[in-house]
Amino acid sequence: MKPRIAFFDMAGCEGCQLAILDCEDIFLHILDLVEIVEFREALSEKAPRFDIAFVEGSINREMDAERLRDIRARCTWLVSLGACACHGNVQARANALSPAENMQRVYGPEACHLGQTDPQYRPLWAHTRVRAVHEVVKVDYELRGCPVDRNEFLHLVKRLVAGSLPRFAKQPVCVECKHNGNECAFEHGDTCMGQITWGGCDAICINGGYHCDGCRGLLPDANLDSHRALLRERGLDDAEIDSRYRLFCSTDVEALGKRP
Amino acid sequence: MSNGNDKSWTIQVDHVTRVEGHGSIRISTRDGKVEELKLSIVEAHRFFESFTDGMLPHEIPWIVGRICGICCVGHQLAASKAVEAALGLTVSAQSQRLRKLLNESQILQSHLLHVYFLAVPDYLGAPSVLPLIKTHPEVVKRALKLKHLANEFTTVIGGRALHPMSNTLRGWRKLPALDKLEQIHARLRAALPDLDATVNIVKSLKIPEFERETEYVSLKHPQEYALYDGEIYSSDSGASVPVSEYRSVTNEFTVPHSTAKWARWHRESYMVGALARVNNNYDQLHPAAQQAAETLGLRTPCCNPYMNNVAQVVEIVHCAHNSLAMLEQVLDEGLAKEDIGYTPGPGHGVGAIEVPRGTLFHEFRFDEQGRCSGADAVIPTSQNINNIERDMKAFAPRMLAEMPRDELTLHLEMLLRAYDPCISCSVHMLDVEFVD
Repeated sequence: MKPRIAFFDMAGCEGCQLAILDCEDIFLHILDLVEIVEFREALSEKAPRFDIAFVEGSINREMDAERLRDIRARCTWLVSLGACACHGNVQARANALSPAENMQRVYGPEACHLGQTDPQYRPLWAHTRVRAVHEVVKVDYELRGCPVDRNEFLHLVKRLVAGSLPRFAKQPVCVECKHNGNECAFEHGDTCMGQITWGGCDAICINGGYHCDGCRGLLPDANLDSHRALLRERGLDDAEIDSRYRLFCSTDVEALGKRP
Repeated sequence: MSNGNDKSWTIQVDHVTRVEGHGSIRISTRDGKVEELKLSIVEAHRFFESFTDGMLPHEIPWIVGRICGICCVGHQLAASKAVEAALGLTVSAQSQRLRKLLNESQILQSHLLHVYFLAVPDYLGAPSVLPLIKTHPEVVKRALKLKHLANEFTTVIGGRALHPMSNTLRGWRKLPALDKLEQIHARLRAALPDLDATVNIVKSLKIPEFERETEYVSLKHPQEYALYDGEIYSSDSGASVPVSEYRSVTNEFTVPHSTAKWARWHRESYMVGALARVNNNYDQLHPAAQQAAETLGLRTPCCNPYMNNVAQVVEIVHCAHNSLAMLEQVLDEGLAKEDIGYTPGPGHGVGAIEVPRGTLFHEFRFDEQGRCSGADAVIPTSQNINNIERDMKAFAPRMLAEMPRDELTLHLEMLLRAYDPCISCSVHMLDVEFVD
């Protein structure tokens, strides 16, 4: 029987599911390898069990954490799909304020009151801290990036289908960037997070004329102190540097701060 | 199945499928009458207005694109326009043309995805596009081919199909390669027969007959079919207001059963999106798109919300032809590297653009240090939800006696899908629940 795969979305832009739908040129071949049994954005079918569950989005409420635990119980492998699932992504920036403060700010006091006093709808409004999927359940693999890289997705699916383990090189974005022959962003007066960021994206943003903002998360052994010194040399002050680090990977920065 | 005329019951559909984002429909009935109908938006909050705090102006379009994968380009462009308005930055004619191409490439992507993958399966009696691979292989292959072409179109202009990085404030960090533009032009032209085939398949679908007249809101521009620029036009008042006054249009308010805000203007609700645009600006559509509208039986003003899918097809034809013309202009004139430098500073600005699902508004404020100190975004789906719930409230009682519950559920889901709701965006949406 073909492996059954399912896609689930929590809080996110659903762009990673789209990035996978964007494999149009090989979509029919993928379906030769696997059976897609649940994909709410594209299909109405629902399934009780599956081999690989892809979870997109961050976990922002207890009702979503409950749903995630149920998904974990129904699958063999659970894969975090994209930056929101892997490390909270841009919305984790809202963790700088308390959930109540965020609610008040976006919806106003009256709305908060409505959401909290109507018991039927209270869970909808019960916002907690923005969490990565691995903070709630065991995660087997992480597909990084905002959005995910389709080649990494295909690599993971092919390996799991073939019964071998997917491998993702633990190397910074700079490796692929150099290979592509890009001029280093630091060379033209810009700054870049490529040195401290998980590679695997083919340095796509630098290829496209920009720099790296770290959407794939910080490498576990990233030397942040040295990188910070480099950015200071380029005239950024600490507030600017912190803001930059917090663009995409605020939960990684938080975790580093707690490291013994 | 009994129609349940003699007792009360509830239908609930949680996490409606084939829509972008999470929503539920809940209907309570008693003695064959609908007592209550609620369209709940259950998507988790992401607090965009909070997380833009302290960002630099050029980071704003890049980050707020992350509000939504399907309309990331629209969010980038609306935000760019708002930031440029705040800081008094100019945008060259070349950059404006590239932005229009980028926006139309995304409208093509999104409309094709919606028409073929999310809406057509309903009409062909399939739960998704997957069974169609066996029953309608030529349809699926055409869908995949066209969608792939639209993605590559966005990639050539913006550097990537999702969250493109080549465009920024004022213009392009890295200009598209002319040889790639030529290839896209050739492929787009070669795909025109596939668009005719798309019109023909949609023509063969039986669109439910249901009319509810409402207020249609879209941008309007004196010279062109308004997608990238224009003022906010209402079919009720027959007049436009400047984009900077968008709050007087959207009048957002909150209801407890929806984590998306609601909107209203001249009456209790209004509609934005492809049907609203076609209704308001029909005369400015490309002649080939007007021809498609005629073939598809779309006569304006059209008050059948299910016809939004048809209006999307009309816009697919429009965007393809309009993009071909713009690509020809770019290829004739070439592209020149331009200065896109700017100085951060204080300011306040609003930007609006037509995205696949309707008019999108962004507003930003910057402090003396040039850091973002205030943000607001009003998204098409949050403007539409109020209108969708009112459509359902009109549709359900009329059909309760005529349709079994499961058929009614399907029709309500189809009605929701016709609007192509983008719920991730609107929360800062549909499973149908029938409650006894």
